[in-house]
Amino acid sequence: MTKLPTWADLVLVPLISLVLAAAISAIVILAIGGDPIEAVTVMVDGALGSPYGWGYTLYYTTSFIFTGLAVTVAYHAGQFNIGGEGQAQLGGLGVALVCLALPWPHWSMALLAASVGAALFGAAWAAIPAWLQAKRGSHIVITTIMFNYIGAALIVYMLVEVLRPVGQMDPASARFPEGAKLPNFGQIPGFDLIFSNKVPANVSFFVAVAACFAVWALLWRTKLGYEIRAFGKSESAAVYAGISPVRVIMLSMLISGGLAGLMAINNVMGESERLVQNSSEGAGFIGIAVALMGRNHPFGVFLAALLFGFLYQGGAEMGLWTTIPIELRLLLQGLVILFTGALDTMVRMMLLPFFRLARRAA
Amino acid sequence: MDYATLIEVLGSTLRLGTPLLLACLAGLYSERAGIFDIGLEGKMLMAAMASGAVAALTGSAWLGLGAGIVASLIFAMIHGLASITFRGNQLISGVALNFVASGATVLIAQTLFHQGGRTPPLSGDARFHGIALPGVEALSSVPWLGPFYAKVISGHSLLVYLALAAVPLTWWLLFRTRFGLRLRAVGENPESVDTAGVSVIRLRYTALVLTGVLCGIAGAYMATALQAGFGREMTAGRGYIALAALIFAKWRPWYALGATMLFGFLQAIALRPDVIEGTLHMKIPVPALDALPYILTVIVLAGFVGRAIPPRAGGQPYVKER
Repeated sequence: MTKLPTWADLVLVPLISLVLAAAISAIVILAIGGDPIEAVTVMVDGALGSPYGWGYTLYYTTSFIFTGLAVTVAYHAGQFNIGGEGQAQLGGLGVALVCLALPWPHWSMALLAASVGAALFGAAWAAIPAWLQAKRGSHIVITTIMFNYIGAALIVYMLVEVLRPVGQMDPASARFPEGAKLPNFGQIPGFDLIFSNKVPANVSFFVAVAACFAVWALLWRTKLGYEIRAFGKSESAAVYAGISPVRVIMLSMLISGGLAGLMAINNVMGESERLVQNSSEGAGFIGIAVALMGRNHPFGVFLAALLFGFLYQGGAEMGLWTTIPIELRLLLQGLVILFTGALDTMVRMMLLPFFRLARRAA
Repeated sequence: MDYATLIEVLGSTLRLGTPLLLACLAGLYSERAGIFDIGLEGKMLMAAMASGAVAALTGSAWLGLGAGIVASLIFAMIHGLASITFRGNQLISGVALNFVASGATVLIAQTLFHQGGRTPPLSGDARFHGIALPGVEALSSVPWLGPFYAKVISGHSLLVYLALAAVPLTWWLLFRTRFGLRLRAVGENPESVDTAGVSVIRLRYTALVLTGVLCGIAGAYMATALQAGFGREMTAGRGYIALAALIFAKWRPWYALGATMLFGFLQAIALRPDVIEGTLHMKIPVPALDALPYILTVIVLAGFVGRAIPPRAGGQPYVKER
């Protein structure tokens, strides 16, 4: 027996990876003279202990769902989209242009239009790397990394030279009009009983949940989804079955970029209400960790995004209330990616003997 | 642009191009051996922090350099463990290690020095200073050549010359030695190397050791020569620019020198917007200059200007047939 049971592969391996990453982080905390128990207490308390904490945790979760789904869709087509960061920032540009274009009468119309803008801009930023991969065979990992930097430079240019209102010093767009303001959890009937008006979590959380269902339906219930998964599993078999590589790569990457871009309705439209530099703040990269941890399934992505939302908010609280620097969450994030994405064979090899023993005993 | 300004820009091109060159050669060894390394950035960052910290604590730039190399080597070996021994995804491993480095460097520097994740400013023996090459005095009276020799060729730190010397050395090692032949073969067709009775695993680890050492020097140069101390995220994407330069150079040492110096030149003139405006009589936005190395790389990757073909076995873990 050289394979683990499916449940172990799907649940146990990510969990053990998480435990390993957490254990190393705990050792690091000890080494820098902190108290891991205190750190965990502060994190849990700060992220989950109050409606206020949940309001932030779910806000981060929303962003990570979008970027996690973006990596997931590309992954199923055998593409590693590392450009979520750039696509999310371009999505922010799309949101800003839409929001500033009209004095929106109602937030729902603004949200609809901004979603389209965000997805279009995100998809456009994924389109060139996708086309180069499909037509010219340029490695998509490298081109999407390059496009992250080109995107960041483009946003700086747009903010400084085009979108910045006259007389304003900092490189940022003007504030979005009142009508483009998304209701946060404190303003939604029912939710306002629990959440205060101060939380950043907003209606785009429900868009993110809907996106989970949509991605699931796309991948497992449509012809295109079947083509994407078949192509990702075996390119030659897919081509033999009449599936066009160019079509699959282009469509999967456009959807992936669109999802990453959609993140902007949460952070740009829902929270900052104007476009600033580096608006995505690394969420595009966290999408990689979320997708790996969630085993590239929308439901797993939802759970993993929740976990990373907790880590993000908890890490911020930890940086605030303990001597442990906030950068610990970067370390933890890196370790989770390392264990779930690159050292998963090691984790499996660690587990195998136990399953062999169990089988022999049975 | 007058001659004095040109010389200034060229001198700063060499200084800014050096970390790119070292990291690019580092990536060259690893990718030629069939291991993708997105983690150049993280290794440089770790090395910069380690060398900045050790140089600050001991007052010796050389000990700092050693610490930088060790820190970078540790990361190179983790990458090797993930991508060679456990046959994991090399791209993901590199990305992961970059995050670990971003977090770990600030954590360690903050714990040691409590200066917001920076290391204390270095001075005296804790830094590599510029050295004057022989003959600067003698040539100083010669017009054109004198200032060029004094400001562009001479006056850099030892590590700059080390980086330049690494170019012919790498070329010789890769294309004129048995080790180099095998290293290139293992990146193109590891089966053939294995059939010849040479260990694929050992060759690939050796390549990663070289990668680690060069990234270590690159990071140490950043913290102890180019700048005086480590600051958070001080490599600022140079690992990725080096990766871009590697593709631009089509995985060849001499081309790597050209590509990194070109990108170094772009960084150097990006610091002097007055010079650009004076020369071209138009304003070029700084973001455009920042983005140029990446745009050039995408164009090369697209194969419109000469085709960049990576080593064939790059990114694939080697599984011995049983």
